[in-house]
Amino acid sequence: MSSEAKATESFVEKPKSLAALRAGIQSGSTKATDLAARYFDRIAAINPRLNVYLSLTRERALEQAARVDEMAAKGDPLPPLAGIPVGIKDVLVVKGAPATAGSKILEGYRPPYDATAVARLEAAGAVLLGKLNCDEFAMGSSNENSAYGPVRNPVDTERVPGGSSGGSAAAVAANMAVATLGSDTGGSIRQPASFCGVVGVLPTYGRVSRYGLIAYASSLDRVGPFASNVRDAATLLGVIAGQDPKDATCSPAPVPDYAAESDKPVAGLRIGVPAEYFAEGLDPEVRAAIEKGIAALGAAGCSVKPVSMPNTKYAVPTYYLIATAEASANLARFDGVRYGYRSPASDTLSDMYSHSRDEGFGAEVKRRILLGTYALSAGYYDAYYLKAQQVRRLLAEEYLRAFNDVDAIVTPTAPTPAFKLGEKTGDPLAMYLADIYTVTASLAGICGVTVPCGTTAAGLPVGMQVLAAHLNESTAFRVARAVEDAGIY
Amino acid sequence: MTARVTVEEVVRVAELAHLELKPEETPAMLNDLNAILDYVAELNELDTVGVTPLAQVSELGNGAGAGCLRSDQVSPSLDRAAVMPQAPETDQVFFKVPKVIER
Repeated sequence: MSSEAKATESFVEKPKSLAALRAGIQSGSTKATDLAARYFDRIAAINPRLNVYLSLTRERALEQAARVDEMAAKGDPLPPLAGIPVGIKDVLVVKGAPATAGSKILEGYRPPYDATAVARLEAAGAVLLGKLNCDEFAMGSSNENSAYGPVRNPVDTERVPGGSSGGSAAAVAANMAVATLGSDTGGSIRQPASFCGVVGVLPTYGRVSRYGLIAYASSLDRVGPFASNVRDAATLLGVIAGQDPKDATCSPAPVPDYAAESDKPVAGLRIGVPAEYFAEGLDPEVRAAIEKGIAALGAAGCSVKPVSMPNTKYAVPTYYLIATAEASANLARFDGVRYGYRSPASDTLSDMYSHSRDEGFGAEVKRRILLGTYALSAGYYDAYYLKAQQVRRLLAEEYLRAFNDVDAIVTPTAPTPAFKLGEKTGDPLAMYLADIYTVTASLAGICGVTVPCGTTAAGLPVGMQVLAAHLNESTAFRVARAVEDAGIY
Repeated sequence: MTARVTVEEVVRVAELAHLELKPEETPAMLNDLNAILDYVAELNELDTVGVTPLAQVSELGNGAGAGCLRSDQVSPSLDRAAVMPQAPETDQVFFKVPKVIER
């Protein structure tokens, strides 16, 4: 490293694996209460530098940890996440804890219920440490749109952690949680996982319940895990996935043992590589790292072949029309009436709505609401929203066709490594292009895993995106595991 | 699809969205919207005649990801006593808001 690189701080520390932690708790050599206390100590020490957590749920964490210790002391069989300290992106509700969604408009809101994914983690023994910083309403690619200040990348504090789930990625990278939950609408799990050097999972649309997720774009929103290795991420998905009567789009398909699936060898799998994801704009160091990863898959016995996805370049404009249109409808509920912020100085109901929203929302949220409202307004609906939905079908069909010939598709997760704070804040379009490799899978509803796949000369992580067909998470985990096992990162 | 958005349109759309742009915010928002709309106009290059719009993905993958409706039975939802204290102004039964019409 150059002396210039050394001037910045690094807070990277890899959490122990679930298996190691669980064995310690089961045997009594580690107390879940001590483990939670150690995590709260580390958070207290480094959160002021990284701004990862927005609030802590200490009381609930210590109660849960004590329950786990009691079970372990009695020799009871422990659930899969017994005593594991986890963090939750602040767009998922945790009963009684603040839920800001990174926005001033939800200041003071204490939801009276748990999100399904959160409740399932806790039922599996996990210890909820607190709520994680993110871009306002999950709108952003750098975490710089949070009303509570940006998260800093633990690898290099001058750089962004990615977004919108920047806190979720950074927490795992800095060992401020063993694993976390995030949400991904256009890349908000995968891109920050790539920037911070951790594993992130985009489950198939409908694989994980959205109940208790503060909505951004409902036809695209997914809840998924972050972890420090592929097997742990697979274990977490196994816990949170599965049908939920509270989300009608949640699939009743059985949930495989993803962790066991991730152990299976990859020899014989067919891997597709789309040239369109390696075109102009791809950082040469990112390209080199991904090419190494692809070579490792070949060496592990996969057959690697090109696939063609000529419409890829239309994905970002399609995504931004559809996501903003849905957002403009979803965010209409923030009106100062039932929860959150109300502007104090309003004489009429109409003024109260617009003052509360004007004072409560940040610039990017307003920009997206306006774009979405415009795209849905009379005279423009056909030209923008309907057109985007038609292109969405073409993009989805391209993936479905490709999956007739290959088991998984691999691409870079992001075109560049983590960029510097402030580098793209003045140019919304440049920021949107940070999602160029992730939005198509969002539009198609397919699943994927991003796995660390090397570093740049400056030590910045590079992530490989492994995509698989609807409900074929098992294959994505297997391929990601092979990349991880190759030891390139 | 390459229509330029005017100041009047931005103000009108802001009204529709119950947003109140300050006069000094409007020019930057106008620039951003036009830049984004110019960019999304790329979609015009694609012929989509006869393509059925895709609003949501549950039909894809042979319906692999299709959801499931629950049975139509009444069951308790959140308790009013837990919900109402979240409101900025309430009498614990109704939400209170400023007056809607002048008397």
